[in-house]
Amino acid sequence: MPRVSFEHIVKRYGNVTVLDGLNLAVEDGDFLVLLGPSGCGKSTLLNLIAGLQDVTSGRIMIGERDVTELDPKDRGLSMVFQSYALYPTKTVEGNLRFGLSARKLPKAEVNKRVKWAADLLQLQPLMRRKPAALSGGQRQRVAIGRALVKHAEVLLFDEPLSNLDAKLRTEMRLEIKKLHDTLKPTIVYVTHDQIEAMTMATKIAVMNDGEIQQFGTPDDVYENPANLFVASFIGSPAMNLAAATLTVDGGQPLATFADGSAMSLTDAPFDNDVQPDREIMVGMRPEHFVMDATGSAAGHAAFELPVRMVERTGSDALISLDFAGEHLFVRAEPDRAVKIKSGDAVSVHYPIAKLNLFDVQTGQRL
Amino acid sequence: MTDAPVMYPRKPQRIKGRSIAIIVFLSMAALFFCIPLYVLVVTSFKEMEQIREGAIFSLPARWTWEAWSYAWFDACSGLTCEGLRQGFWNSVAILGPSLVASIALSMVTGYALALWKMKWAGTFLFVLFLCAFVPFQIIMYPLIRLTVSLGIYGSMTAIVFVHTALALPVLTLIFRNFYKDIPEDIIKAAVMDSGSFWRIFIEIILPMSGNILIVVLIMQITSIWNDYLIGVTFGGLGTKPMTVHLANMVTVSTGTVSYNVNMAAALLTAIPPLVIYFVLGKFFVQGIAAGAIKG
Ligand SMILES: Nc1ncnc2c1ncn2[C@@H]1O[C@H](COP(=O)(O)OP(=O)(O)OP(=O)(O)O)[C@@H](O)[C@H]1O
Ligand SMILES: [Mg+2]
Repeated sequence: MPRVSFEHIVKRYGNVTVLDGLNLAVEDGDFLVLLGPSGCGKSTLLNLIAGLQDVTSGRIMIGERDVTELDPKDRGLSMVFQSYALYPTKTVEGNLRFGLSARKLPKAEVNKRVKWAADLLQLQPLMRRKPAALSGGQRQRVAIGRALVKHAEVLLFDEPLSNLDAKLRTEMRLEIKKLHDTLKPTIVYVTHDQIEAMTMATKIAVMNDGEIQQFGTPDDVYENPANLFVASFIGSPAMNLAAATLTVDGGQPLATFADGSAMSLTDAPFDNDVQPDREIMVGMRPEHFVMDATGSAAGHAAFELPVRMVERTGSDALISLDFAGEHLFVRAEPDRAVKIKSGDAVSVHYPIAKLNLFDVQTGQRL
Repeated sequence: MTDAPVMYPRKPQRIKGRSIAIIVFLSMAALFFCIPLYVLVVTSFKEMEQIREGAIFSLPARWTWEAWSYAWFDACSGLTCEGLRQGFWNSVAILGPSLVASIALSMVTGYALALWKMKWAGTFLFVLFLCAFVPFQIIMYPLIRLTVSLGIYGSMTAIVFVHTALALPVLTLIFRNFYKDIPEDIIKAAVMDSGSFWRIFIEIILPMSGNILIVVLIMQITSIWNDYLIGVTFGGLGTKPMTVHLANMVTVSTGTVSYNVNMAAALLTAIPPLVIYFVLGKFFVQGIAAGAIKG
């Protein structure tokens, strides 16, 4: 299965620049999820790989081939569209077969593949129906089947699950993941659903304004966001970001928050050399807080803060603390949360090693 | 039709002045068309003696098909006296190729314009748009010269050629606008699956074109069948359509005017488009109503 790479891709519509010198490589067998807010250029990127739109400049490689100028049908990939794009006048079987019409395959081979896809996606009972007579989830499976019969080595998905209800989405997520594990194609998958991204991807590329903000494994992107955009975009509930001033006192870095409290950053994970006297953002994930910690523990920052409100979010509860006039969200067990009322003071600890520190000016991770 | 169940519980409304005016107006409009039609039909079944009495609204004293059969088999048009038959078959021979050629060409052009990337597509569309508004009379003379130099003037081919050429701008615009409404992703998927212009057209696009085809078919059948000017201008001896035969029959005959034969001939000429309306009419309304394709 080939590797897909973009080299210095520029895409303009008239004088609107959507992608400006984008570089990205997907290794073979990778499941790459493109994640980003609406309008950031994800679909554009997929269309460029597929050849459905032309690049303004730059090069697209699939394996060893330069496909930049190639016709869509010659690129050896298949795509599942957000709208499914099934052929309305063809039956399910007709839809699957048409996917193979560009390849001059012997009839037996076509039959074999159609049967294989139908079995895999449990489409057998639906083969004679037209798309209009299918449910959303069934249409989705047909769309995936149509992409799979081609045995393409690269599969493109454009928000394929966005029209489905939560339950079906969970099921389909698992199905697609299973498909990837068994067939091992290279997949590029567009979504703006973070859960999809975190659960399915082997690599995530976070995009904003046509630029790749961060490229890495889901864990990496989640635990070590490269900049403020990624930090605030990834995670639900979002990461707490508290403004502070960074100083160095006797060789020890120290963050001073707006309310005057200070936090020693001696054990903090700095990627670069510490430069004193800057405005920084201290990022803390709600789920890394330790509730009901008393006194002080090594490697932890201690907070004693008043509660603003308590929210129950299904399996979790979220406690909002008042920290220098801002919300500080802390994840808690629901059992524990019911005992907390707004106005109470609670003490929490945060492991210094799990801090995320950003330069306010550049937005980059420190 | 659809609000019939809503109508049911409503109280019958008292007829107001405004609705009376509307009803009167509509009745007059209906009469305007129905009275001549009535005269046409009853006269065609009368014998000449009764017609000479001058009571044009009276029913036939004796119903007879004689005028009809005379109009079909024996009436004289110009020098030949073989009835309207020849004209009918000429019209059929003109209609078939004109329909096929104009619809096939405009369909494929509309498809290419709407769904494929083409250079100058915008300019081309604009030119088509302009062409659709050029009156036939203005380009008649150049067209005559053109057909003469092609060596087809006076033949059936010339009539077919002119019908096709004149219909192309409007039909292409109609098809192009219809195909523009096909969801973009469907065509993208087809391009990735097959990439073949013709294969996508035949397997995907054509089956989705049923509604618009019916509309265009009816439009074209009516306009080609009812055409007189193109037929009389470009047709030669023995290749003129039914309308031209009819006109000759009605105007040229000397001596007494056989009103019953003329009426029968007029009705014979008008019947084919009517039959098409009745057969395809239901689909016609559906076709006009179906704006976008839902899939
Ligand atoms: N034909 C076009 N002409 C001009 N601008 C366009 C065109 N197509 C897309 N764009 C712009 O390109 C940008 C990226 O669009 P794209 O469809 O790739 O977004 P996306 O990341 O897929 O968003 P979403 O998550 O909403 O699908 C948008 O700002 C959009 O307005
Ligand atoms: Mg998109």
